[in-house]
Amino acid sequence: MSTTINQSPATKSPKILVFSTDKISDPGIDQAGLRKIHYAPSVYVISLPCSSGIKPKWILHALEHGFDGVFIAADGHECSYSSRCADHTNTIVETSQVLMKEKNINPRRVRMAALCSVCAEPFMNHMENYGKILASLED
Amino acid sequence: MKQRIGVYICHCGGNISDYVDVEELGKMFHHEENVVVSKDVMFACADSNQKDMVADIQANKLDAIVVCSCSPKLHLHTFKNVAARAGLNPSNYVQVNIREQCSWPHSDRPREATVKAAGLIRAGINRVAYSESLENIELTVKKSALVIGAGVSGMKAAIDLARSGSEVFLIEKDFFVGGRIAQKQTLFPTNQNGKEVVAFLYNEMKKFPNISIFTGATVEKVSGSLGNFTVDIKVKPRYINPNADKKAVKRAMDECPVSVHDDFNLGLVERKAIYKNYPEALPDVPVVVAEALKDAQDFTGKFASTLNLNEEAQTLSLIAGSVLVTTGYDHYQPKEGEYGYKTISNVVTLPELNRLMEMNPEKLVYNGKQIKSLAFIYCVGSRQTKGDNKYCSRQCCTTTIHTSLQLKEKYKDIQTYHLYRDIRTYGKQELMYAESSKQGDLYFKYEEKEMPVVSVDGKSTIVKVKDYLTAKKEMEIEADLVVLVTGMVAREDATTISELFKIPIGRDKFFNEIHPKLKPVETVIKGVYIGGTCQGPKNVSESVQSSLAGASKITALLKSGTVMVDPITARVDADKCTWCGKCSDVCDYTAIKEVLFGEKHVAGVNKAVCTGCGICAPVCPENAIEIAQYTDNEIESMIDGFMMDFDIKEKGAGEVVEVEEEGKVGMKEYPLVWREILAGMTDEKNTIPEIVANTKLAGELVTFHLMTMNRYGVVVPAGMDAKETYYYYKKK
Repeated sequence: MSTTINQSPATKSPKILVFSTDKISDPGIDQAGLRKIHYAPSVYVISLPCSSGIKPKWILHALEHGFDGVFIAADGHECSYSSRCADHTNTIVETSQVLMKEKNINPRRVRMAALCSVCAEPFMNHMENYGKILASLED
Repeated sequence: MKQRIGVYICHCGGNISDYVDVEELGKMFHHEENVVVSKDVMFACADSNQKDMVADIQANKLDAIVVCSCSPKLHLHTFKNVAARAGLNPSNYVQVNIREQCSWPHSDRPREATVKAAGLIRAGINRVAYSESLENIELTVKKSALVIGAGVSGMKAAIDLARSGSEVFLIEKDFFVGGRIAQKQTLFPTNQNGKEVVAFLYNEMKKFPNISIFTGATVEKVSGSLGNFTVDIKVKPRYINPNADKKAVKRAMDECPVSVHDDFNLGLVERKAIYKNYPEALPDVPVVVAEALKDAQDFTGKFASTLNLNEEAQTLSLIAGSVLVTTGYDHYQPKEGEYGYKTISNVVTLPELNRLMEMNPEKLVYNGKQIKSLAFIYCVGSRQTKGDNKYCSRQCCTTTIHTSLQLKEKYKDIQTYHLYRDIRTYGKQELMYAESSKQGDLYFKYEEKEMPVVSVDGKSTIVKVKDYLTAKKEMEIEADLVVLVTGMVAREDATTISELFKIPIGRDKFFNEIHPKLKPVETVIKGVYIGGTCQGPKNVSESVQSSLAGASKITALLKSGTVMVDPITARVDADKCTWCGKCSDVCDYTAIKEVLFGEKHVAGVNKAVCTGCGICAPVCPENAIEIAQYTDNEIESMIDGFMMDFDIKEKGAGEVVEVEEEGKVGMKEYPLVWREILAGMTDEKNTIPEIVANTKLAGELVTFHLMTMNRYGVVVPAGMDAKETYYYYKKK
């Protein structure tokens, strides 16, 4: 098996890394699967306790190693950890975008939206729309 | 780095293997350098497979395992327990979700699903390779519980906790127990008086010497953590001499010359400055509003030995292993002018009507006028699409209709009009709605975009409503009293409790549980639980249910004497840390404080308090903070795993994986239950009841598994029995 890092030949859809959260958005993404709601197989998910815990360096790592975009399925106001979660996550996006500009990466390659624990269709819509946006980017 | 990893890839019957080439993946990862065992299994969660995994771990000396199956929400702990049974640290286990996040959403593209599954599994292997053996943190638990709020929820929880043998501190902000329920006349469906319920619970509590009740008490300071909270409370003075003669106290109440605002009766009347909320209120000691009596020296001089106006507040420190918050709710207070509230004299709220009914036993009189007709306007302060309170308050429809029935029973000749958006008398409460309709209560449905309007026409109060049940015809209702059916809102002082205990507050301003279904009474603060309406609108039954759920959780916690908490917490690299304090600033739980590391000032994490949320990690300018199991190595190696290129079948991109030959069983051996079913089948034709009788398995289980066995060609249908009731099955 090859272990070289490159774009998968299996799909032409933009490759999206989703940061979800264990208690809020990940159950919503699971529900999309449960209901056989289809989205692109080029979407990969990493689940964390809280969207305010995403390090900008992880976002940079993903974009520099072949992902076309990073989508943060944020807890927003439903966060069980902090009522300031939306602000914290927003700061992470802004910090990441500054770092991305320094590396000539289009800041639109990171995106954030609140996603709830039953947001199956909204997740599918987000992936479809973000996929289209990423496909149109030429940096 | 782990070097002896076991990988188990689940067919999940066919839920995964119908779309993902599980067998191919099993073979593929077998060739990985650090993978010792790689298997595809029919049901990873089956007992037989769990036993096989334990044997594999022990025989092959595996140092980590990856199970690729369903969502971790279902079986994370199943496989952590497998690891533990085999002597492997449960932290050296990673579950990869190739069902909900791969085979099911990509069932339309099997080859791409297989490629994605390969990436997910590779990421899981990478992650587990960096996993560390973490030990749960053991904390000693004091066998005492603090319950905050002595409403029906808090009192019931206190009794249950005391019955289990724990020491219980029950504190109540008001000077009398009972909370909102004491303001209710009768309760559906038992028609018990709220005050009787309060008295019953209070007397029950008094039977337990291990319950200490503090009224007029507020929380001032909280320190410590799960197992050992120190809570400082302030107990306000009642200004009554504890040795005073009861008759003298009664005389002082009767003769008190000063009146003050009556909170219990929602300001509809005034009460004496020496008062009880109501005559039977408990504890049976009145309270003095000392400030109101400062100019009544003749009176205070007369009762100098009864009153103790120099009494001072006491501060006490309580030690509790766990805390249950049952602080209740506030009534929504309409804004001035909202449906004429405070601007039209005969507009009141539903809680005010309930107090009026209690104060008027014979005739319902308000502002000197006998009330013969009432118009209820529902959903005031609830379900506001443009306002703050977007939620439904759940109990108001029921309370209103129950009040309407009580009105007719108590005052006979009275007409009620109900202007509603939707009637939500769920469950048994629907019977009450039917009864109300039968007795002639009139219902009009309005929509939020066309709200009722309350106006004054001469001496009459008119409510105009577009009734959607009669083609939006505008109705004019003349009512003696307009009643605004107000919902529940979070208590005004909820933010104080939230700040003291660090309990997160939701957008609706009520306290947030961790998960509405899976952890409905737990908060992210270990050892702090919530119950009753401080969590959101509930009726009395639901409030008690949730507080008892919290009490049960606490009982289980206190019984053990020690508790193991998750080791997923923040940790600081002291070499990198320069103590800028940013991590401490963003931590809502005060889990991070400045500490000395040798002579260096660095951030120190209190692991008993840390929730492992990770909010501190991204703000560190030195990247000195990591969360266990979410380290840079683990996350970045997962990203690398996703990006690897997999040559699944060497057939080129876009080619569809061949569907397995029909009837082929893609597994090494049948699950235990299949083997049991096959052993219970004769070589002839068998019906389900015959198999059940031979195996002693439950009928539903046999039916369920036969369907799958049939799908995989292990058994085949063989016609129907003589009564055409059951299918025959035979072994293939």
